Amino acid sequence: MKIAVLELVRRPGRFVVVGGALTLLTLLLLFLGGLLDGLFLNSTGAIRANDADALVFSDDARQSFLRSTVDDDVRAEILAVDGVGEVGGLGLSLLGVAIPGEREIADGAVAGYELASGALPAPPSPGQAYADRRLEKFGARLGQTVLVGPAEVPLELIGWVEDTNYLLQNGLWVEPDTWRSVQTTNRPDAPVGAGEFQTFIVRSTGTIETDELIARIDSATGRTETLSENDAVFAVPGITEQNATFTAVIGVTIFVTGLVVALFFALLTIERQGLYALLKAIGGSSRTLVAGVVVQSLAVALGAYLLGALLTAGLAQILPPSVPAQFELGRAAITLVAVTAAAVAGGLISFRRITRIDPATAIGAGA
Amino acid sequence: MTALVLDGVRKVYPSGDDEIVAVHTADLAVGDDEILALVGPSGSGKTTLLSIAGGLLAPTAGAVRVGSTDISGFNQKQLTGFRASSVGFVFQAVNLVPFLTARENLLVVAEMTGQPKGPARRRADQLLDELGLTHRTKNLPAQLSGGERQRVAIGRALMNEPGLVLFDEPTSALDTSLGEQVMGLIRDEVKGRGTAAVIVTHDTRMTEFADRTVSIIDGYLAA
Repeated sequence: MKIAVLELVRRPGRFVVVGGALTLLTLLLLFLGGLLDGLFLNSTGAIRANDADALVFSDDARQSFLRSTVDDDVRAEILAVDGVGEVGGLGLSLLGVAIPGEREIADGAVAGYELASGALPAPPSPGQAYADRRLEKFGARLGQTVLVGPAEVPLELIGWVEDTNYLLQNGLWVEPDTWRSVQTTNRPDAPVGAGEFQTFIVRSTGTIETDELIARIDSATGRTETLSENDAVFAVPGITEQNATFTAVIGVTIFVTGLVVALFFALLTIERQGLYALLKAIGGSSRTLVAGVVVQSLAVALGAYLLGALLTAGLAQILPPSVPAQFELGRAAITLVAVTAAAVAGGLISFRRITRIDPATAIGAGA
Repeated sequence: MTALVLDGVRKVYPSGDDEIVAVHTADLAVGDDEILALVGPSGSGKTTLLSIAGGLLAPTAGAVRVGSTDISGFNQKQLTGFRASSVGFVFQAVNLVPFLTARENLLVVAEMTGQPKGPARRRADQLLDELGLTHRTKNLPAQLSGGERQRVAIGRALMNEPGLVLFDEPTSALDTSLGEQVMGLIRDEVKGRGTAAVIVTHDTRMTEFADRTVSIIDGYLAA
């Protein structure tokens, strides 16, 4: 194993090609992962921000916020269900946001809400909004008044919130009547009545399973379709397909990573046949030699990962705000594990070839 | 006590429907402090015989005993362990690991066999000192002369304190003067340790350093 490390240290040039390839593959993996996370998080933050156990839609909405309407009667019926702790309304309007001093109109998701959560403070005063911090990339500043929609409804930005966007539109969190005003003024064809929301956020008392809670709510109202938070997240249009597509591309890239390492070390093993025969002749086992290959593939993968991560960090600094990439530590850790595992697996491919090297060839007497 | 006994050893390689006999039935014994020169022309079977003696090749028939160990029935794993502990090799092409220093080339043996680092390092330094390479311990093979490289290879062969050291054409890449120096060194090192040695060579001038010379021609051994 020490030989393997010394070769890496003293002959680094030999590993430049595979290290460079792995660095680029790591960059690609981290960037793809960042895009996947950015698309997913920025599409579903408005749902996840509410700490909901369940979300209640009208049964004709086909799990869509924009098609759903629930009212105070439904709220009363939900509150009467055993196991329900809190109920709060949530409504979303997707509209353009004019930021003072900016020429481009940013995308906004104005969300009217009632319940504070880990991500959301209590609703602000009428005419005020908590803005998702991503809006800062589009030039927004706290204290500014932005104009929402074609009707240019003013909203004063009083604080930042994190991870609250919906369908890649920047969240603007307001109290319910302000949301109704924004919706009705900008979309007179789809007004929202007093007491109406698109969905109700339900938090349980903690004494009931979510599936049971959902069944009880839908049974009690008879006109709702209730989803768990996770199901509501994956009901967002395109999320499932988007996740499946990116996961497939990432999976193929990891496979290619393993293949690159396998190919490199297979070629290196051919080149090293004489050395391996010698080491076997003086008592080295195939297992010891393969361990050296694995150590080298692991070290190259770790070095490449580090370089790839640095390149990705640099890339993140220059990405325009319209690219919704979001680089998460969890994703970085998963990528690290995937790259190193693929590299080790690739290195292990040489096992059979090394095992078959005849030590007698070291002395010129191989069969 | 004998360091090596070959009893009716035969080695045959298949070649299509035929077979090639590399070594015909061979009997040979080497004493435990004896230096035996095995001479013969190219293709005579001397390297094959040396490989069988060192557990690099299994004989087609016959028995091989090194020291008190009969290795005839050993599998590959057992042969690997046997080579690690009981024999030393010096190869024709020297075969030093090019990216390791002289000392590290000796320590390779310890690493391959899992010996403790401290004692192995002391032994390596001691061997290099005895071989006159104290000032070369940190040099890479490319920085050493041909004779120095051969001395490092000898040191490596002695690292595991073997009872038998096998030399394959140790002077073939050296001029006569240097070859004689190396052979003298081999003799001193081997005799100084009471170790047996088999030296394969086609250079009959080197046989004067051996206690006994055995010829092999077309796979037949002749005293």
